[in-house]
Amino acid sequence: MSENLLEVKDLVVSYGSIEAIKGISFDVKKGEIVSILGANGAGKTTTLRTLSGLLKSKSGQIIYEGTDITKVPAHKIVAMGISQSPEGRQVFGTLTVEENIRLGAYTKKRADKETQEWIYELFPRLLERRKQLAGTLSGGEQQMLAISRALMAQPQLLLLDEPSLGIAPILVNMIFQAINKIASTGVTVLLVEQNAKAALKLADRGYVLDVGHVTIKGNAKDLLNDPKVQEAYLGKKG
Amino acid sequence: MDIFIQQIVNGLTIGSIFALVALGYTMVYGVMKLINFAHGDMVALSAYVGLVLYTQFVGSGMPQAFIIILVFLITALIIAAAGVILERLAYRPLRNAPRLSAVVSALGASMLIQNGIMLYWGPNILTFPIGIFPETSWVIFGATITFIQAFMLILTVVLMVSLTMFINFTKYGTAIRASSINQDAAKLMGINVNMVVTIIFIIGAVLGSVGGLFIGIYYRGIEFTLGWNYGLSAFIAAILGGIGNIPGSMVGGYLLGLFTALISGYVSSVWAEAFTYILLIVILIFRPTGILGERVAEKV
Repeated sequence: MSENLLEVKDLVVSYGSIEAIKGISFDVKKGEIVSILGANGAGKTTTLRTLSGLLKSKSGQIIYEGTDITKVPAHKIVAMGISQSPEGRQVFGTLTVEENIRLGAYTKKRADKETQEWIYELFPRLLERRKQLAGTLSGGEQQMLAISRALMAQPQLLLLDEPSLGIAPILVNMIFQAINKIASTGVTVLLVEQNAKAALKLADRGYVLDVGHVTIKGNAKDLLNDPKVQEAYLGKKG
Repeated sequence: MDIFIQQIVNGLTIGSIFALVALGYTMVYGVMKLINFAHGDMVALSAYVGLVLYTQFVGSGMPQAFIIILVFLITALIIAAAGVILERLAYRPLRNAPRLSAVVSALGASMLIQNGIMLYWGPNILTFPIGIFPETSWVIFGATITFIQAFMLILTVVLMVSLTMFINFTKYGTAIRASSINQDAAKLMGINVNMVVTIIFIIGAVLGSVGGLFIGIYYRGIEFTLGWNYGLSAFIAAILGGIGNIPGSMVGGYLLGLFTALISGYVSSVWAEAFTYILLIVILIFRPTGILGERVAEKV
């Protein structure tokens, strides 16, 4: 359990001259659920986009399974076993649910039947709606689709960017349960969330990001009880 | 009534050219949100290349049908290569630059190709020889369809059906559709968007090359400015149908062809172009997204 699947060292990412991430380091071990918390603009999404190769880092290193993937282009990263359900879901609205799911397996010779069946078991609603255009789904259903699409790549490391954002509370619960089930099959999960409470209940460990720096890190349980975290993210006065 | 049917036949023939060329504009726009102004000049280039190839092959003793196939294939190959080079040199370096830079680059590429054609082949009209196709023609409902027209109509339909199948039912076609919706999300699926762009330019160039050869074979006279003339009409056809929309370009192309032919038949061919622009303005006022418009998924 102690083997590092992902190791990020002193990562700096900037948009033009503005540094969004100012040298963060963290690691994710095989089989873990790790959560990155933080307010808007803390650099959470930037971190995930850089991991997926959509953004180029200014300096620092991303090491995945012992290989430096810092400069690997986005489309190759998926084939290496890292897939992402991006911020705001970004499903392909004018394609059908089924087409979206099949695109998730783009790097595979053919879409894996078992994975597909498992996804429909996980999210039966998608099965009902598989012929519908993805843009006609509700926010929660689109989130299920975005996660399913990422799962079709059969990743080792699943990156989830704010799966609870803008979604009906009932569905949030359902989605977090699904993430738990996904993790129980051995997929390592890196979860970025503003909903700190839900994320920490699920996660093994957490990092708190504040304007581009890691300010607090530790076991999820400790973080839940940390007065600083409680004050800043859980709405409790210490 | 005979004139009407005849003009329908003529309109569909011209429409085939418009539609083929319009697809090149629309597909590039769909993925890159860029108007490839050089596309029309690639069409012109293909007419010249085709003429050179045909003149080379014609005395070789090969069967005529074989020569025609060879001319279409080699022209398509050359123009496809030119399309890929165009994208690498004129557009790829500007992928992350402001939109206007790419537009200027497109215009520059257009002028470069156009002037290149003029320098190499001269400013005068060149003529495709007669007798490339049999002189056979058929009379249907009082309208005459020549062999060339039939060939153009059928080949265009075959190409469009193939394109539609490719886009809708293959993995790469789906990747193209995904890339035109959201490039970042496409990359997250493992799609190499650069490769998608290359494929788009190849498809556009190949369809355009067929359009260019049609222009040479059908009208026979070609000059270096034909890229602007036909390019502009095809561009209007793409806008009529809804730019970025593949079936829209097909519909727009045929519609514009019919419209031009009917105006030529009943009003005057001199006025055809003026009416084309009036039609464009009317469409833009009442349906700014074109006839088929952008496909939007609405929540139900």
